[in-house]
Amino acid sequence: MIEILDARKDQIFEKGAQDTFEMTCEKVSVAGSVSQRACVFCGSRVVLYPIADALHLIHGPVGCAAYTWDIRGSLSSGPELHRLSFSTDLRENEVIYGGEKKLYAALTELIETYKPKAAFVYATCIIGLIGDDIQAVCKKVAAEQGIDVIPVHSEGFRGTKKDGYKAACEALYRLIGQDDKAVVSQHSINILGDFNLAGETWIIKEYYKRMGVEVVSCMTGDGRIDEIRRAHKASMNVVQCSGSMTYLAQMMQETFGIPFERVSYFGIEDTAEALYTVARHFHDATILQNTEELVREEVNRIYPEVEKYRQELTGRKAAIYVGGSFKAFSLVKALRHLGIATAIVGSQTGNKEDYEYLEEICDPGTIIVDDTNPLELSRFMAEKNVDLLIGGVKERPIAYKMGVAFCDHNHERKEALAGFAGMINFCREVYASVTSPVWQFSPAKNLRTRKEGTEDASEFCQAAHS
Amino acid sequence: MQANFVKLPTVKKTGPAFVSTRNACKLCAPLGASLVFRGIEGCVPLIHGSQGCATYIRRYVISHFKEPIDIASSNFSEATAIFGGAANLKIALDNLIRQYKPSAVGIASTCLSETIGDDVQGYLEEYRKVHVGVDIPALIYASTPSYRGTHMDGYHEAVKATVVALACGGPRSNSLNIVPGFLSAADLRHLQEIIADFQLPCTMLPDYSETLDGESWSDYQKLSPGGTPVSAIRAMGRAAATIELGRSLAGEETAASCLTEAFGVKRVTLGIPIGIRETDLFFSAVQEIAGCELPQKYAKQRGRLVDAYIDGHKTISGKRAVIYGEADFVASMASFLDEIGIVPSLCATGAPTKKFQEIVSSLLSAGHKDIIIREDADFEDMLDICSKIGVDIIIGNSKGYYLAKNLNLPLVRAGFPVHDRIGGQRILHVGYEGTQQLFDRIVNALIEYKQINSPVGYSYI
Repeated sequence: MIEILDARKDQIFEKGAQDTFEMTCEKVSVAGSVSQRACVFCGSRVVLYPIADALHLIHGPVGCAAYTWDIRGSLSSGPELHRLSFSTDLRENEVIYGGEKKLYAALTELIETYKPKAAFVYATCIIGLIGDDIQAVCKKVAAEQGIDVIPVHSEGFRGTKKDGYKAACEALYRLIGQDDKAVVSQHSINILGDFNLAGETWIIKEYYKRMGVEVVSCMTGDGRIDEIRRAHKASMNVVQCSGSMTYLAQMMQETFGIPFERVSYFGIEDTAEALYTVARHFHDATILQNTEELVREEVNRIYPEVEKYRQELTGRKAAIYVGGSFKAFSLVKALRHLGIATAIVGSQTGNKEDYEYLEEICDPGTIIVDDTNPLELSRFMAEKNVDLLIGGVKERPIAYKMGVAFCDHNHERKEALAGFAGMINFCREVYASVTSPVWQFSPAKNLRTRKEGTEDASEFCQAAHS
Repeated sequence: MQANFVKLPTVKKTGPAFVSTRNACKLCAPLGASLVFRGIEGCVPLIHGSQGCATYIRRYVISHFKEPIDIASSNFSEATAIFGGAANLKIALDNLIRQYKPSAVGIASTCLSETIGDDVQGYLEEYRKVHVGVDIPALIYASTPSYRGTHMDGYHEAVKATVVALACGGPRSNSLNIVPGFLSAADLRHLQEIIADFQLPCTMLPDYSETLDGESWSDYQKLSPGGTPVSAIRAMGRAAATIELGRSLAGEETAASCLTEAFGVKRVTLGIPIGIRETDLFFSAVQEIAGCELPQKYAKQRGRLVDAYIDGHKTISGKRAVIYGEADFVASMASFLDEIGIVPSLCATGAPTKKFQEIVSSLLSAGHKDIIIREDADFEDMLDICSKIGVDIIIGNSKGYYLAKNLNLPLVRAGFPVHDRIGGQRILHVGYEGTQQLFDRIVNALIEYKQINSPVGYSYI
């Protein structure tokens, strides 16, 4: 049996097993645990990464840049500067004598070569320690080159991934409001927290177009600097991936008076609800009617296929472990559509309210967990005998070694999972993995099936005797 | 033992055009150390620094091996960066020992812990002192700041640290130590098979052939089974000889040199055995240590390889290749391409290894003109050079897909990482057999390219 560390016990709950539900969360990971989280830098990098016409320069030794080269599945309809990896690649000498000169030279040569619309400079762990004043270097280069050069304070150890999101929001905020000349429709929104993974922003933008709602900017999927500059002109912010972008929405509300709503585009229910939320906001009969038509049309289109998968998949059990908790909510609901119960659900960065909501929507007996690790996750998966794990790259081999099917729901995914079309992709992916014949050879799967067989038999015997 | 080839070919030298690194052809040092530590039985790697280092490295390694790899982190916070990592390291060790019950913990430092001047070795001594009389795992520490060298420096540092921490002396055995360098899981298995066929007992360090390319399990394992047992590492000081693979190691302080110095174990530095020439050197070294003839099996493999070289030579003769990756891997690939008639037009490594040019040049036969050998190169440099000089084929890890896509050329995947295909860990590169597989794949890639791009649609090529 795998032991749960004392320091982690308040981050794990089983619905219905305790009298009170009070999740401890938003704290740093225990030293020595193999957390699935990354660092502050990672948080900033994932949020800003999809801005395709900006230069993203990572200031520090080479690792942070090397591991994030072309890492996300964020697509661009135009420039693809974001898919390159730029590093100041600091060496020992620069660590001793400072990296400002190298940063200045790197920024200058890269801006002159690639002519970006703006530049983001990410500070990694050691930048503050060696005393580099990146603010001053950025300012100098900005003045010389005539573009915004924005420092992102993303030193890895300065908090959690969430603090990285915040640093990214602050960087975006510096751009917002710069273009005051733009004229936009009164029925206009910004999409916040969609990253155009596998073209998901395009799916969602198409829905809004059909509704008659103008999308001023998407932060940051298929993102462009000029769009971000006029984002303050929109009349509403629609926030997905609330963990990363709520902070920006709050700042925009404060400064520009733009209201925001938190939504999710995963699953039939949540996608429909997201679109209706926007439609209702504008109190416009045409938009509302367009939305109703759109939802009806789309649901009718996908429903027969979803139903087909539901029949095949119903009765299975799933585990969900994802970065943000909003995604987890949607997945619980989407799986329910398929007749799949969620036995374990967790996130890297959820807050108290998020977990309370999760507790509300989950079935009794569901394990809810914050910032888990491979040992715990594997133990829960074995205890609950799940058929499916939904997670990211780091979770995938855990599932496979345990003979459990897997659905990729991460930054690298190549299949769009958002919107109504995404629901079909999701069903297909889950179905393809769960029903694959390869599991017949998996020793873990076979062992579980045999055990189940004996348990069922003994239960049957007991029932027969009583 | 050194290769004796003809005089140096003409080598063009060019310096980096950019201050920044654009699409790096290297990774950072703790990655190499983590791989080494996962090649030790029951060992958990622990990265002493920010959480991201461990997570990014795990993700990267998983994308190639497609296996679970747990790498713990001491999870620095702002306070840790100010007051030092002693407390975090201690808690991390306590937690790891409780949860994983490891036989060893391999600690790798980071740029962060090194910059604040953390004395990890001192912390570990303290930890051992507090636990006198208690059975704690072997604690191995490798200093691996990412501003010094690349993942290969981290790799060799970790092997050396392991040997220094664990190896003991004693009566001489007839065992052979192998420090294989950064090879695939299939390569490690093949090398072990070869040594076994010479009836030699062997300790390979590291050995992630099972830990990172294992079977499907019946029950979840805290740590993947396999790896070099700690007891075998302790016995490395008694071995007859150490073979270390990688020409750049010659003259450096390495695990093998430490074993020589401390226990008088003979050190043999060879190139990675790719291609007939480098593999011949490897086999003759093993023969010498084992004191026996080349087993028939390998004589036949060599014979078949020569036969294949002849069958395929017209397809590849005079073709121009770009090869890139770790310095020692590129050096051996250059030697291999040279011996089959492909011109290694651009040989590049991301490592700032000064010896790289000299090593690669020494492996090429005379007469080649305009071969560019570049250390400290990145993929933008390579793209730029390839666009100018013109090449026919790209050979190396998946990162070269960037070149292949831009230049519309075939890419033969080899080395690490291979994350856009399945089975990167099972690519065999070494020995006559590995060379055979590489040769077939390279020739077929060129044939396929010709076939796809031919309007005729030849069905025989």
